[in-house]
Amino acid sequence: MHIKQENIRNFSIIAHIDHGKSTLADRLIEMTGMLTSREMQEQVLDKMDLERERGITIKLKAVRLVYKARDGQEYVFNLIDTPGHVDFNYEVSRSLAACEGAVLVVDATQGVEAQTLANVYLAIDQDLEILPVINKIDLPSARPEEIKDEIEDIIGIESHDAPLISAKDGLNVEQVLEEIVKKVPAPKGDPKAPLKALIFDSYYDSYKGVTCYIRVFEGQVKPGMMVKMMATGKSFEVTEVGVNTSKHIPLDSLSAGEVGYLTASIKNVKEARVGDTITDTKHPTAEPLPGYKKVIPMVYCGIYPAEGEDFNTVRDALEKLQVNDAALVFEPETSVALGFGFRCGFLGLLHMEIIQERLEREFDLNIITTAPSVIYRVTKTSGEVMEIQNPSNLPVPAEIDFMEEPIVSANIMTPTEYVGAIMELCQNKRGTFKNMEYLEETRVVLHYDLPLNEVIYDFFDALKSKTRGYASFDYELKGYKQSELVKMDILINSELVDAFSLIVHEDKAYERGRTIAERLVDVIPRHQFAVPIQAAIGSKIIARETIRALRKDVLAKCYGGDISRKRKLLEKQKEGKKRMRQIGSVEVPQEAFLTVLKYDEK
Amino acid sequence: MEKAGLYIHIPFCERKCHYCDFTSIPGNKDLKDRYEEYLIREILLASSIYGNLKIETVFIGGGTPSVIHENSIRRIMNTIRRCFTLDSDAEVTIEINPGTLTVDKAKIYRESGINRASVGIQSMDDGILKRIGRIHNEQQVKDTLKILRLAGFENINGDLMFGLPHQSLKDFMETLEKTMLLDLEHISMYGLILEEETLLYNWYNRGLVSMPTEDEERDMYHTGIDFLESKGFRQYEISNLSREGFECRHNLGYWRLESYIGLGLSSHSSMGGRRYWNHSGFSNYFNKLDAGDLPIEGEEIISNDLLEAEYLILGIRLKEGLSIEDYEKRFKLSFMGKYGEVIHRHEASGLIELIDGRIKLTRKGMDLSNQVEIDFLP
Repeated sequence: MHIKQENIRNFSIIAHIDHGKSTLADRLIEMTGMLTSREMQEQVLDKMDLERERGITIKLKAVRLVYKARDGQEYVFNLIDTPGHVDFNYEVSRSLAACEGAVLVVDATQGVEAQTLANVYLAIDQDLEILPVINKIDLPSARPEEIKDEIEDIIGIESHDAPLISAKDGLNVEQVLEEIVKKVPAPKGDPKAPLKALIFDSYYDSYKGVTCYIRVFEGQVKPGMMVKMMATGKSFEVTEVGVNTSKHIPLDSLSAGEVGYLTASIKNVKEARVGDTITDTKHPTAEPLPGYKKVIPMVYCGIYPAEGEDFNTVRDALEKLQVNDAALVFEPETSVALGFGFRCGFLGLLHMEIIQERLEREFDLNIITTAPSVIYRVTKTSGEVMEIQNPSNLPVPAEIDFMEEPIVSANIMTPTEYVGAIMELCQNKRGTFKNMEYLEETRVVLHYDLPLNEVIYDFFDALKSKTRGYASFDYELKGYKQSELVKMDILINSELVDAFSLIVHEDKAYERGRTIAERLVDVIPRHQFAVPIQAAIGSKIIARETIRALRKDVLAKCYGGDISRKRKLLEKQKEGKKRMRQIGSVEVPQEAFLTVLKYDEK
Repeated sequence: MEKAGLYIHIPFCERKCHYCDFTSIPGNKDLKDRYEEYLIREILLASSIYGNLKIETVFIGGGTPSVIHENSIRRIMNTIRRCFTLDSDAEVTIEINPGTLTVDKAKIYRESGINRASVGIQSMDDGILKRIGRIHNEQQVKDTLKILRLAGFENINGDLMFGLPHQSLKDFMETLEKTMLLDLEHISMYGLILEEETLLYNWYNRGLVSMPTEDEERDMYHTGIDFLESKGFRQYEISNLSREGFECRHNLGYWRLESYIGLGLSSHSSMGGRRYWNHSGFSNYFNKLDAGDLPIEGEEIISNDLLEAEYLILGIRLKEGLSIEDYEKRFKLSFMGKYGEVIHRHEASGLIELIDGRIKLTRKGMDLSNQVEIDFLP
């Protein structure tokens, strides 16, 4: 089925979490008739369970739909899904680069949110045609006219013709399809020119190897051709090309303007990176497509096998995930407290959480995660500059001339009533106020510079809690700034536990140390002796708590009917002990390593 | 002939105490009569299945066995005697709550062959008794003891509790002083456990009652034991003391992992490597017996490994401790070969001591016995 370029429409849907992106995608797929209702699974585009649970899309996909428009012609729609989180900004930008248009879904009750804004700007950067759509028009609290004004005022795009839809009920969704035909430009590009195709997503499966989602800009690609990845320089023989409907449908070729998939016996997503340009090895195109970036991890943490879990199993799992996730980096490291494990780098906190959860759920692993860290720049008195992401590697204070930490510029969009609370929070997180913009009478955007190390601690949770979930937040790395940072250690029963060590701002050390010590008192079970918990900077103790000695651990009554129950209780107690880490003579439960990170409601 | 202890459960109470999470209900006459019928049937059925066991101890517990009619108790005892071989010097205990005993009842108990009484005193402080939902007061405890002695009981236990709501060490010592005047042969002393879904637990969670701290509770325990030992009692298990020769033989059977049969609602039985328990709901219990089956709800086959662990877990509760020789004879294993490391570790932390071929809990070990016991598990 070869289609004329003028009948192709390539587009994405941009929306804030919960504004109805997946529901609209479902309706579009349903109404173009590519799938029967029976085949329709709720939210077709979201593949991973984890994403579905969180209502966010992490990995993108492309779906090809066929739409018979009111003008009587058949159009091919390539709907390209985008992840909705700042951690995946780069991936979003690449999938938008594969499109000519974007449908902007805005919730008729909530209005524009910070995250939507970030993605809209990315779309504008790519010169996409943006079609605003007001969703959830069926809700009693819908205020479509105000929202339209908001879109015009804040984003600056014409929106008085925006379809008013209910994706849930399918109301006016056809109007969206027609708008796409009318307003999204058809792709251009010479099918006779040398091949130039953009990889906007790739994933690995054990049967076909890596599958690349591509947008062909110029030329043609077909099986048997040798193609070259221009950034990595590697060449592969194409084994299959095709399009994705409810399943892969192989085709003879993909031509300029088309979107589809490509396989070529590629063994690792690292060799087919998102943003790379595919060209013909024999007749290469002169210039790669712009915008390729090698992704750099922003957040690091240690991942260790928990008691009873094997180091090699964890390594195998990380390797498997990495095959599918070019942004994940890891290398072996050793901790005195936790033994052999890995230092892993992530795009951001969400990415980190996703990897941790996948290790636990998909691979059924029992792991311990240490507190996340950012990359600090340390200039030594010798003039040498080091990058440190594991606090244990920090040189001794005498060797440090000064330290710098990463700063992000953050945009926080909020109803005005929470401005005070947010300012207090940002102040508390060492933020620098930049300015505040009124979006409308009741909503503002606050611009702050924040140290990333505060953001990754508990900023999200604190923001959510202080604004009852009404504020939205995004950030991007701004640069490095000199800062008075210290390494804080935690001592359990006078023994330093390296896995708890943190790099913190001097002014925050006392408070953080006390909080951690208090939490450890709560999670570490009592022992036969009193266990002191101390927070220290160098040899100076800045906080101290004591876990009181266990006085009583005995079952008073044990007769005929109690024996089985009693044995089971003891078995449970023993099982709990097994899952603990022995640190000196103290047993520390695995969750202790996590409690260090939790947001404190106080 | 195989030997076993026999436990008989009477699931009725006038009223549930605030700390109690056992199955017991007040019950009306019809239900009590019906229960008696079925219990008799169960005794007949069990004896036809297990054959003629030699019963060395009987324990009629509850609930409150003294709330059902004395003739029912007599009939139960007669049936036991008819169906099993009751040892001529068997220890036969009945549990009694103060306020439920009459002179006639006590006499009929004696005539039925019951020779030991276990009285739920709990405290000699009327305020505390009320607070924990007991139906009796101090005076009724004294009266009950008088009746028992009058009827000829020469082996009487008193159950006491400590660590009770708003109880101080002084309060508990007063209870002990008053208990001494009752001139008992045996005393059980239990620290209160706040069980979920009890009234007291609920009150505590809502901040309506305060409980002694762990340190205060342990003080009561140790001070109490020291006091009783100074009065001629000898501690023989974590929570049990007696005058010389009055140890509870039935309970010793549990701690020595000997066989026992439990009959009646929710009772547990253990024979060799098999442990099973009866239904705890009346209708299931009745239905099974109607169908001619033992009213067993579930069973557990105890592997040799677990049996060995239980032997140690239960045995170490005894003040005399575990005899390494007995263990090695029974399990054909070298004790120190298997547990040497564990024993030395707990010896070093002062929980146990090794004296004359016996492993014994120390004073500290009596507080933290679970810490030792988990290391006996396979």
